[in-house]
Amino acid sequence: MSHWPFIIAAYALTALGALGVTLWSFAAMRRAEADAEALGKRP
Amino acid sequence: MHVYANPARFLKIARPLTAWLGWAGAALILVALGYGLFLGPRDHLQGESVRILYVHVPAAWLGMAGWTGIATASLMQLVWRHPLAAVAGRAIAVPGAVFTAICLATGSLWGRPTWGTYWEWDGRMTSMLVLLFLYIGYLALAAAEKEKGGEGRLTAIFGLAGAVNLPVIHYSVIWWNTLHQGESISFVRGSSTIDGAMLWPLLVSALGFSLLFGAIVLMRMRAELARNKVEARLKRMASE
Repeated sequence: MSHWPFIIAAYALTALGALGVTLWSFAAMRRAEADAEALGKRP
Repeated sequence: MHVYANPARFLKIARPLTAWLGWAGAALILVALGYGLFLGPRDHLQGESVRILYVHVPAAWLGMAGWTGIATASLMQLVWRHPLAAVAGRAIAVPGAVFTAICLATGSLWGRPTWGTYWEWDGRMTSMLVLLFLYIGYLALAAAEKEKGGEGRLTAIFGLAGAVNLPVIHYSVIWWNTLHQGESISFVRGSSTIDGAMLWPLLVSALGFSLLFGAIVLMRMRAELARNKVEARLKRMASE
């Protein structure tokens, strides 16, 4: 049995999970800080 | 720690630190996994599947470190009433859960070609699965308390109580006759059983993922502090 399909699947899952949570957190942060900034500019 | 209880003072440090941690972490991860995947040696017993260790072991460490962070934040919230402790605990929970899930999935993928099975109900694997359930429970409880406008005390108590699983995970390979192997890495000089050619990319990978984890936690804390600020401002505007 070749180990390579399992290795590729493991790295792909890790990349998906790590990148996914990073991008989700970044997007949430940018959205929330933009909302706070916009509200702060209102009189 | 109360020096950073003021959100403005905390954010002054968190803003530049987020980018530094994120980019440094990404660079180290690329170097370590590039080496691990393409250049690193195969193991004489595990064969090529040893390359999965460079993602599996850091994910396991971060899953456990994440709950250690949650337990520490919970203690700071309950005992010292640190204003940012609850925010920190909630920020750690999602990446902690994700890395625990990555650990379980990559462990399964490593187990199939080496042990001949994707899963075994042994001490190590079962206790890591319990950790994932604890993370999910923590997130559900935190969301429910926040919806009711609570301080998060129940969530903090849950965070502290769940820490009892951490020594169970760590010592499971010593206490029970498990399929999962015992520890190969020791911080006592000379007692690691893993070869140096595999140890250094593993440690670099662990450092890289840890820095990235730190960046993710800071992003989530910044998001929650911004949302709290908006909520407070809207409440003030509504009452005027």
